[in-house]
Amino acid sequence: MNEKVIIVENLTKKFGDFTAVDHISFDVHKGEIFGFLGANGAGKTTAMRMLSGLSLPTSGHARVAGFDVYKENEKIKQNIGYMSQKFSLYEDLTVKENIRFYAGIYGMSNRFIREKTNEVLEKLHLAAEGDKLVKSLPLGWKQKLAFSVAIFHEPQIVFLDEPTGGVDPVTRREFWQMIYEAAESGITVFVTTHYMDEAEYCNRVSIMVDGRIDAMDTPQLLKKTYDAVSMDEVFLKLARKATRAAD
Amino acid sequence: MKQFIAFVKKEFHHIFRDRRTMFILLGMPVVQIIIFGFALTNEVKNSRVAILDPSKDAATTSLIAQIEASRYFEVDQYIHSTNEIETIFRKGKIKLAIIFPSHFREDLQHFNKAQVQLIADASDPNVANTLTSYASAIIMDYQNRITNDRKLPYTINTEMRMLYNPELKGAYNFVPGVMAMVLLLVCTMMTAITIVKEKEMGTMEIMLVSPMKPLKVVLAKAVPYLLLSSVNIASILLLSVFVLEVPINGSLTLLVAESLLFTLVSLALGLLISTKVDSQQTALFISLVGLLLPTVMLSGFMFPIENMPLPLQVVSNAVPAKWYYTIVRSVMIKGTGFQAVWKETLILAGMLFFFLGLAIKNFKIRLA
Repeated sequence: MNEKVIIVENLTKKFGDFTAVDHISFDVHKGEIFGFLGANGAGKTTAMRMLSGLSLPTSGHARVAGFDVYKENEKIKQNIGYMSQKFSLYEDLTVKENIRFYAGIYGMSNRFIREKTNEVLEKLHLAAEGDKLVKSLPLGWKQKLAFSVAIFHEPQIVFLDEPTGGVDPVTRREFWQMIYEAAESGITVFVTTHYMDEAEYCNRVSIMVDGRIDAMDTPQLLKKTYDAVSMDEVFLKLARKATRAAD
Repeated sequence: MKQFIAFVKKEFHHIFRDRRTMFILLGMPVVQIIIFGFALTNEVKNSRVAILDPSKDAATTSLIAQIEASRYFEVDQYIHSTNEIETIFRKGKIKLAIIFPSHFREDLQHFNKAQVQLIADASDPNVANTLTSYASAIIMDYQNRITNDRKLPYTINTEMRMLYNPELKGAYNFVPGVMAMVLLLVCTMMTAITIVKEKEMGTMEIMLVSPMKPLKVVLAKAVPYLLLSSVNIASILLLSVFVLEVPINGSLTLLVAESLLFTLVSLALGLLISTKVDSQQTALFISLVGLLLPTVMLSGFMFPIENMPLPLQVVSNAVPAKWYYTIVRSVMIKGTGFQAVWKETLILAGMLFFFLGLAIKNFKIRLA
């Protein structure tokens, strides 16, 4: 657990006069589930975009999977997976076609794709649905499939941007089960969420307010520090200080 | 390369699975060629004619027979007085009235001079013009035949030849126009829409996080449409040669090469649009209003550019279809070689690099 796969120092992003992300610093260890919380507009998504190579920082340093975000973002991309809050599978393609496509753009070999596809479908109990259109699957299955696709190429880190939006509690639990399994196999999970019960599942949690990280610790210690019974209460106590309007 | 193939494959899955798109992509050119080739034509055929012939002599009868025999006219009715002219035109069926005087043949023989009046319904000025000139031509022809028997001191015979399109067929004009329109629609509209769709669905973001280079993503998006456009070029050319009987007088290779160049320009335009807008509807709207309309209006395909006011003539130069249309007409109809169209080709190539450059620049800015 000591190997640091994400190292962030004073990372800042400005859009004109507006400072979306304001000198944030943190480290994430290998195999850790790192929760990244904050109200809408707090700067979570911008920070995540910088770490995943979608956006260049204005100042500060960051290394992801051992690579520099300024100079080596192509190498970063090869070593991370990403699943966004917007749904990311193609509805008009079959389950297998989706897997083949995403594995294809990561340059996986045909043999690897074939073997791993069967393995993934077995695990999701979707073996019989491999040739069905994604459109015909229930939302919960789609979400689990999307997660499997995001880690199909066995990345070092997977970024999940509000992955469980709109999913029922049972499916959410199953989804988190998959996250645990991924973490156990050594994949670092960087997750943003709105659900405070999910924050309790994380190894460590950071809470962003107005572009800064106001608190960061294990859920247990955070609750203790802020004298709260749940993460929900911790979050409310911190978020109340926010001056920036949610967008 | 493996990434690229995976992407192109996926794109074809999208296209083949969506029947409506398939129909638009492959059916539209066929439908348009048929509509433009057969239904919408500016040739005037079988126009109804009314005749007032009080003299009813050998001369008028034979003249009327000739008019009836031409494929432009169909004698619909004989009227008996000039009062009726207004009434029959108001009914709208009659496009032309031919009025002979009372003693046509006698006038012709005794005074060497007779008059025929042509009255046309000029509520459609183009048709009226065409009809009166067709009728005059028939009358002149008749006159030439009867004067052949006699010696006139001076005669000037004008002999006309319509080069490249001896029968003045409308299809010669429409085929190049439809080619420009279809390629533009398929390439520009479809690429713009499919890329914007990926943005809307959030899949574009996934692609940008992947190791696949943005430029590759965009090219992979364009390749399937380039292939489909080649199919369309082939089907339009086959239809026009075998169904509309429009010949390909110039080099087929040159024609296809120029069409591919125009296809690339359209693709680049589609990419440019897709970098600028965020919803499929806007993309559709811009492609239709911003591109299809100028293509139809300002390419010279419907309305001659020479007759437009100067500002519009200047604007028409920015419409890629204008140059392509000129090229296709030269190569396909006139049968000229590359030396006749190199200027237009150069302009299209210039547009290609301009649009593509702009699209790539926009794409990069979006990522920063």
